[in-house]
Amino acid sequence: MCGIIGVIDRGRETMDGTAIRRALSMMNERGSGEGAGYVAYGCYPEFKDYFALHVFFDNIHETKPRVDELLHEWGRVVHDEEIPTWDLPRLRKVHTPWRYFFKPDTRLMPRSITPAEEIVTEIVMRINTSVEGALVFSSGRNLGVFKAAGWPEEVADFYRIEDYEGHCWLAHNRYPTNTPGWWGGAHPFNLLDWSVVHNGEITSYGTNRRYIESFGYRCTMFTDTEVVAYLVDLLVRRHALPEELAVTALAPPFWDEIDAMADGRRRLHQALRLTYGSAMMNGPFAIVVANQDSMVAFTDRSKLRPLVGAENGDRLYVSSEEAAIRAMDPGITRVFMPRAGEPIIGRVVA
Amino acid sequence: MEELVIDAAGVHYTPLNREIRAAVAAGVKRIRLENVLGQRFIANGVRGDVAIEVHGVPGGDLGMFMSGPRIEVFGNAEHAPGNTMDAGEIVVHGSAGDAVGHSMRGGRIFVEGAIGYRGGIHMKQYEGKRPVLVIGEYARAFLGEYMAGGTVLILARHGGPAVAERGLGSGIHGGEIVLRGGVDPVYLGAGASEVALTDEDWERVLHLVREYARHFGVDPAPFERRDEYIRIVPASARPFASKYAWE
Repeated sequence: MCGIIGVIDRGRETMDGTAIRRALSMMNERGSGEGAGYVAYGCYPEFKDYFALHVFFDNIHETKPRVDELLHEWGRVVHDEEIPTWDLPRLRKVHTPWRYFFKPDTRLMPRSITPAEEIVTEIVMRINTSVEGALVFSSGRNLGVFKAAGWPEEVADFYRIEDYEGHCWLAHNRYPTNTPGWWGGAHPFNLLDWSVVHNGEITSYGTNRRYIESFGYRCTMFTDTEVVAYLVDLLVRRHALPEELAVTALAPPFWDEIDAMADGRRRLHQALRLTYGSAMMNGPFAIVVANQDSMVAFTDRSKLRPLVGAENGDRLYVSSEEAAIRAMDPGITRVFMPRAGEPIIGRVVA
Repeated sequence: MEELVIDAAGVHYTPLNREIRAAVAAGVKRIRLENVLGQRFIANGVRGDVAIEVHGVPGGDLGMFMSGPRIEVFGNAEHAPGNTMDAGEIVVHGSAGDAVGHSMRGGRIFVEGAIGYRGGIHMKQYEGKRPVLVIGEYARAFLGEYMAGGTVLILARHGGPAVAERGLGSGIHGGEIVLRGGVDPVYLGAGASEVALTDEDWERVLHLVREYARHFGVDPAPFERRDEYIRIVPASARPFASKYAWE
C-alpha cells in the first residue's frame, strides 16, 4: 500500500511544490515513513538543454571523483553542486544528494538515432552498477527527482520542495513491503525523460527484469518499480510505440476480451501480447508515468489498486484518493475513475 | 438535545473520532461534521443511536464496524464505506470508491451515484442480519465478488447498463444482486447465474427502490417496473467444491 499523486498543466503553467506536498501528506496512512519523493518537470529552465543528473553519494571525497571522471570522458559538465537541503531532526542524511548539468558529446555514439540519450543511459547504468557509493536517481533534461527515506512532509522540507516550479509533478509515499526502505528505493524512479510512481507490487518482476536486461538496462535499486521506468523507455523511446499501445502492452486485456474484439483490433492486441509477453506486468498496481509533455496513469487489469482522476481547466490530476486531489485543488470540476487497464492520459498542448 | 457541530478542517481522524465517541457517550443524538477532507475511519466502531452528517469528502473505511448510527455524506465517499458494518445506515449524496460495503454484515448503504470496483465484496448474512447496498447508477467490475449474503441493488439511473464489466458475482455463494435493465451474460462471473424475480423478491426490491427515492428526493415511479429487473444468485451453495483437492 502506497499513496500516489500526479498533476500536469496542459498549458505548461508552473506550480511550486507546496500543494503537492500538502496532497501527499493527506495519504500518510498509505506510507510508513521509510520513503517519499517528488519529481518536478520544468524545474531547471536555466539549464533546460542539459541533462540534470541527480546522484546520491555515500562519500563525496572517495566516490565523486570517479563519477566526475566518467562524465568528463563522455561530455561536458557546465555546472554541478550539492542539492540544497535543510537539516531536520527526524531525517538522517545518510547520502549527499548532488546535481550535475551535463551535455554528452554525441560524436562518441555515432551510430545511434538518439546518441545523447544512449550516452546518458550508459553512464547511469555504469555508475549504478560499478561505482560503489554512488547512485544516479534522476537523469532527464529540465526535471528533477527529490526523494529520501522519510515521511512526505519531511522529504519535502528536506529539499525545500516549495522552491521548485514545475508544470508537471508526481509524488509518492512509500510503504515498503518486499524490500527494505532506503533512499534509492523511494519513488519516483526516473530514467532520462521518464519518471514513474507506483502503488502495488509487480509479481512478474523476475520475467520483466530478465526481459529488460536483455536490452542493456541494469536493475540496481532492489525494487520492482525501477523496471517500469526502463520498460516505458524501451517501448516508447526506443520502439516508438504510442503511449496508449505501450500501456496496452504492459497491462493488456484478458484473452477472452481479446477474442471478443472485432477483427483488426483483435489482431493488434494479439500481436502486442505475443511481441511483448515478457513486458506484461502482473500483480496489483496503480502506476503514473510522466515525461515533459505528458502524464499517463493506469492500473492492473483487475483493478487491485485505487486510482481516481480529476480536472480543473488545463490541470489534470490523478491520485490514489480523491481527497488528496481536493487538498491540492479544491476547485476541481470533474472527478472520474478509469476502467482497469485503461490509461488516463494528459498531454501538454502549449 | 441539539446538534453538535465539529469543524473538521485539518483535524486528524483520531481526535475527530475521539470527539464523536465522547459526544455519543454523553447522549448527543445529532452531529454535524463540517469541512471534512480525507479523514479515514469516521465513526469507526461507534455504537448507538446517533445521526452524523458529513460535509465534504471523507476518507476510506467510513463507518467501519459501526453498529447503529446513521451517517449521511454530502460529498463523495472513498474506498470501503461500511466496511464490516454491523447495523445502521450510510447515505452518500455522491459517488463512492472501490470495495463499498466490504464484508458488511448488517445495516444499509445507499449511494446516489456510481461505485467503483468490487462493490459488496464478501457481504454476508446470518439469521436476522441482512445487509443491503443500493446504488443509483452503476458499479464496476467484480461486483459482489465472493458474496455470501445480503442484497445488492443497482438502479442504472444514468441510462446505461448497471454493470458492463467482468466478474459480476464472481464466487458468489449466498445473497443476491438485483440489476435494473439486465446484464450481458458475458459479464457474469464464475459461480453466478441469472434468475427472474419472484413475487416475494419484487416486494423486497420495490421497498428498497422507494427507500432510495426517499433518501435522494427522486420520483420512484420510473424504477417500479418489475419486468426491468433481473436477479443474480449463486449457481450452487458451493460453487467451487470441485476446486478443492481433497474432494
